[in-house]
Amino acid sequence: MIENKKEYIKNVSGCRAETGKFIVPLLKGMVYTLKNFFSKPITIQYPSERREVSQRWRGLHKLKTDDRGELKCVACGLCACICPARAISITPYEEEGGTRYPKEFIVNEIRCIFCGFCEEACPRDAIELTKVYDYVDYNRQDFDFDIAKLKNPEQFVFKGK
Amino acid sequence: MAEAKTMTLNMGPHHPATHGVLRLVLELDGETIVKVTPHIGQLHRGIEKIAESMNYQQIIPLTDRLDYTAASLNNLGYCMTVEKLLGIDVPRRAQYVRVIMGELARIMGHHLWLGSHALDMGAMTVVFYTFRDREMIMNVNEELSGYRLTPSFLRVGGIARDITPDFVKYVREFVKWLPKALDGYHTLLTDNIIWRKRTMGVGTVSARDAVNYGMTGPSLRGSGVAYDVRKALPYSSYDDFDFQVPVGENGDVYDRYLVRMEEFKQSIRIIDQAIENLPDGPVKVDNPLVSNPETDEVMQDISALIRRFKIQCEGPAVPEGEVYHSIEGSKGELGFYLVGDGTSKPYRMKIRSPCFILTSALPKLLVGHMIADVISIIGSIDIVLGEIDR
Repeated sequence: MIENKKEYIKNVSGCRAETGKFIVPLLKGMVYTLKNFFSKPITIQYPSERREVSQRWRGLHKLKTDDRGELKCVACGLCACICPARAISITPYEEEGGTRYPKEFIVNEIRCIFCGFCEEACPRDAIELTKVYDYVDYNRQDFDFDIAKLKNPEQFVFKGK
Repeated sequence: MAEAKTMTLNMGPHHPATHGVLRLVLELDGETIVKVTPHIGQLHRGIEKIAESMNYQQIIPLTDRLDYTAASLNNLGYCMTVEKLLGIDVPRRAQYVRVIMGELARIMGHHLWLGSHALDMGAMTVVFYTFRDREMIMNVNEELSGYRLTPSFLRVGGIARDITPDFVKYVREFVKWLPKALDGYHTLLTDNIIWRKRTMGVGTVSARDAVNYGMTGPSLRGSGVAYDVRKALPYSSYDDFDFQVPVGENGDVYDRYLVRMEEFKQSIRIIDQAIENLPDGPVKVDNPLVSNPETDEVMQDISALIRRFKIQCEGPAVPEGEVYHSIEGSKGELGFYLVGDGTSKPYRMKIRSPCFILTSALPKLLVGHMIADVISIIGSIDIVLGEIDR
């Protein structure tokens, strides 16, 4: 590594040379700013204007349902196990036939850091992170999402006035 | 004869130019600094301690929050350390994507540095342009991982998912765009007489002192020491790429500025080579003890299901042992020291944070300068308090 040292080193202090100009660089900078003054603004007027987020966006959780409208979740607890923020708590329930489903499934959306590990861990593909990203509420308790809220997080998309 | 008295001035922790919650107690003789005492710890979250109670996968989002200006690089450092302990090699495609994400994160970090450094010194325009371009990198992150600032996209043994066609498109757009934007930054600052007066000959540190203080990264290279972990100890396929290490000569604020400006270009070169020569193949290591099986496989195969439970509940099966690995972060050499005790959680994780060590060199850099230069010097060593306090 030491032998070919000269090849990869690039000395950048050449820019230091005194140009002797004082006003010209200042004017150049101002011209650059002025040019951008007339370009199209990149600002988005949120919330009246919204950008499309990517397919993989990690927003509010959704519990998926099957064709019959029942939860896919079998309350195995793997999402709660991997969750680094410990935001998920599940109470499982088992019917006599052996069918398991969550009696209670609570995601604390304040604790959640939206890392997407629950989605990645789920062996039944039952939980996913949606594109909904701007849920607001007045009480902290309302951020404890229960099954009813988790089934349909799209209802929280801000529709505008 | 009247005794010369010094004045004690408390700068920070809520000063906008201290780049976070850094508190400096300055002792001033007139306007000249005679003594500096940095006080840190206001952003301490105990990440190293929390890591001891989490499995090896759950730590990944924690590392995002160290140097949050360049989150993917922290992921890379951590994941490579665990991989070293496991003794596994990551597939080449994953390595290339990691390099792209890492270099984009480096540019992201430098964008934030340039914007805020110039803003602190009174050049307000630059920050708008750097944040405009930073947004493009965030879009890349979003496309790939679904999150803009803290992607948490790397996994032990590879990356979380394969890339998308849009990702390649966005990266190419960015590679094409940034050189133009860089010319703009240079137009605004490099020859500007006010910028030169504020930075040249300020905060000078000799190569010898820089090495003795343990400075790394652009702050060390500004003093003329060509030490870059990517070249000295290549990792994650960095020896495949052709790039140069920019160095300065004088070790002042202006040289550190020039080094970082050149690093933008070199990072773009690396990204360009990586995206054009992206190899095909898997993105996760084919090791049942480490990588999470695909959901389709889990639905059909009971052994895959068991493996998923095992890996997700306990994390990758990491053996007993201790290991240190360092990478070139955007601020300097970012190292992770891990002690595994054979269980699913690390016994100890220690982070060698470049910013922490750069902060310890602050008294050396500041003493003898005027109070207005404090801002310029803090800006030039580019510290992030999330990493110092951890």
